[in-house]
Amino acid sequence: MSDSSAPMTHGINIDTLKSKQSNTAGDVAETALTVKDLKLFYGSKQALNGINMTIPKERVTAFIGPSGCGKSTLLRCFNRMNDLVDDVRIEGQIMLHNQDIYHRDIDIAALRRQVGMVFQKPNPFPKSIYENVAYGLRLMGVKDRRTLDEVVENSLRGAALWDEVKDRLHDSAFGLSGGQQQRLVIARAIAIEPEVLLLDEPASALDPISTLKIEELIYELKSKFTIVIVTHNMQQAARVSDYTAFMYMGDLIELADTDKLFTNPTQKQTEDYITGRYG
Amino acid sequence: MRNWLKSGSPWVWLTAASVSVSIIMVVGLLMLIAARGLGHFWPADVHSFEYRDDGGQTIKIAGEIRDTEDVSTQQIIDSGIKLETSEQWTSRHLIKTGNRELYGIDFRSLLDPLISTRSQDPEMMVIERREWGNFYGSLRQVKLDGKIIAEGNGSWDSLQQQIAATSETFATIHAIEQGEIGSINYTLERLRLKQRSLELKGEDSPEALGKIEEEKQSLQAKYKALQNQLTKHYAELNRASLVAETIDAKTVEIAISKVVMAYQPNGMSIFDKIGFYIHKLWEFVSDEPREANTEGGIFPAIFGTVMMVIIMAILVTPFGVVAAIYLREYAKQGPVIRMIRIAVNNLAGVPSIVYGVFGLGFFVYFLGGNIDQLFFPEALPAPTFGTPGLMWASITLALLTVPVVIVSTEEGLSRIPKSIREGSLALGATKAETLWRTIIPMTSPAIMTGLILAVARAAGEVAPLMLVGVVKLAPTLPLDGDFPFLHLDRKFMHLGFHIYDVGFQSPNVEAARPLVYATALLLVLIIIALNLTAIAIRNRLREKYKSLEH
Repeated sequence: MSDSSAPMTHGINIDTLKSKQSNTAGDVAETALTVKDLKLFYGSKQALNGINMTIPKERVTAFIGPSGCGKSTLLRCFNRMNDLVDDVRIEGQIMLHNQDIYHRDIDIAALRRQVGMVFQKPNPFPKSIYENVAYGLRLMGVKDRRTLDEVVENSLRGAALWDEVKDRLHDSAFGLSGGQQQRLVIARAIAIEPEVLLLDEPASALDPISTLKIEELIYELKSKFTIVIVTHNMQQAARVSDYTAFMYMGDLIELADTDKLFTNPTQKQTEDYITGRYG
Repeated sequence: MRNWLKSGSPWVWLTAASVSVSIIMVVGLLMLIAARGLGHFWPADVHSFEYRDDGGQTIKIAGEIRDTEDVSTQQIIDSGIKLETSEQWTSRHLIKTGNRELYGIDFRSLLDPLISTRSQDPEMMVIERREWGNFYGSLRQVKLDGKIIAEGNGSWDSLQQQIAATSETFATIHAIEQGEIGSINYTLERLRLKQRSLELKGEDSPEALGKIEEEKQSLQAKYKALQNQLTKHYAELNRASLVAETIDAKTVEIAISKVVMAYQPNGMSIFDKIGFYIHKLWEFVSDEPREANTEGGIFPAIFGTVMMVIIMAILVTPFGVVAAIYLREYAKQGPVIRMIRIAVNNLAGVPSIVYGVFGLGFFVYFLGGNIDQLFFPEALPAPTFGTPGLMWASITLALLTVPVVIVSTEEGLSRIPKSIREGSLALGATKAETLWRTIIPMTSPAIMTGLILAVARAAGEVAPLMLVGVVKLAPTLPLDGDFPFLHLDRKFMHLGFHIYDVGFQSPNVEAARPLVYATALLLVLIIIALNLTAIAIRNRLREKYKSLEH
């Protein structure tokens, strides 16, 4: 932690998070996802201009950049959420287990079970807390009550929500606060044990305390999942991630160790952005 | 003034005024039909008049005052009636005199100045009969097997006893004829069709025919036994009669079997009248119609209306929802889909009689005719489904209301937040799973809204129904105890058509007018009840699936 990161450190107990995090940051990690020359067009407008990157396994990778730089678009390429948008065209490859996820033989539902996603706004279903977490399992055809109970409990514990909701599992999920809802959505995502968890600004709609809880949760989860997080908040990226990618206007400018990117960026654009000269 | 205009308060007043006008109109309409319709069941006093008629002779008239209106005196004098009065307006009373078999008409108009005396005789009796309408007069004798058993003052109680006994017999006969004999006839008809069907298929082996013959024999035997019972009951029925005298001193003998009830309204206390009123009201909603629908109840029409609306709702909901899902979720949004959507919206504006003609031509004659040829050849040339009936009426109305369901379902689908869909898809659900598990339940309040509008429209529709299944008088209900219980091929009665028929097609329009209002009120109440049920369900669903709002 050098003093040059001072502008970013006026958050909440960053130092403890940082010190925990640095234990793993130095190791060389395996690769979870490889992006090869990925181009994406909305109609005739190009949103991603040939991205090449690797996402390390069981680490937290953060995407930062100004609004409209394509970081969310890139994130949504990892589980083919962009397929839902009309008029979108994608070129290039994203490799997961040496398999191109854009190959036409890929089962998209199966892919999305491997690559889970949590969205900006909490989006629980209008069902009970229990049924929200069990949703993915029921889709997979799990009917055994005991298995469901077990997975629901483990997932809620994994999302640090169990103690708060264990007495009202069958109440509507809408009765939870925003932060609890977001953790419920995370529990729902990890219930089907994906390999990769995509977080699209997961804390931007939450208050500071809930944000902190989510950040702590991300730290806990990275031992089991590869996490990719998009954030507007540079302090958050600095606090939670091992690697940070800076994107600008559809280009990947720089991807490096979080410490290195924030303290000693190699690109001028990165430095301008993190020191607040634009964005 | 300009400041006042600028302040926006005229706008507030304008909006409030239009709301008030709407409310006043709705309440006024309901009050009008309620007042006109519900008053009919109140036991009106019977007045006795002495009246100077056109020839200058004094005649006696008794009856209920149905209506009183003021007519210009000049107009009356111009029409050739001599009237010695200086008033500009003269009251004219419409009197229900009954005794149609004697006078030929039920009603008389009396001019107020020509009435010399008027009185209320407490002995004056009203007899509601199964034919010829009401009788007004005083009771003289009660007879059993042609012998006088009561006369004069004591005869009233005796009459009531006889009526009660006869009504019981009458109900037994009705139950046997409609229930057991009806059921036997139905089974016999099915056996005949079975036999014909075997013959058509060439499977009419002697054993099969013998079996049918055996069943027929046993049914015939049962029928014989019932017929014997009936003969006995009929003999019982025709024993008693009453002798009564009209106000103009004509003596009439009436068989008690023709009497529904007899009462003396002039002698009734207020509690008697209230009891009588409730009894009549209950009869109105629970009984079958009599006398070309102008008397008795309208239960078959209520039943038919509700039945048809329910079947229509069962048909229209899945159809409309599936169509809306395709339009909104699967179809590629483009000019073709926009055209289809415009077409669907316009379908809602097509006059309903057009649907009736289409239903008759396509459903009844084409589809029904083909169904008959394929599945019911044994009944031909008598049609089974190739004739108007409950099923075709329901389908025609389903077609009429499907645009409403499509439009409101589509609106509901478009209101589901994108994040919910994405959340489900991100968990590895396919589009169909997402729709089935999350989107459709969340859309259900909107679907219910569509259904509410559809029910409201369908229940009030008359014109197309006249072509595809509604009749003036249906001998049987579409739901009964004979297999297959729900008879979709049967014709049925409907409140809307009943109003038209009673009000405008009946031989005795004046007598039936209050019934038109009462039936209209009931139709409105039924639609309100159906709607309230649907609204209650919708509100519960809304509470359950209220989407994220923060």
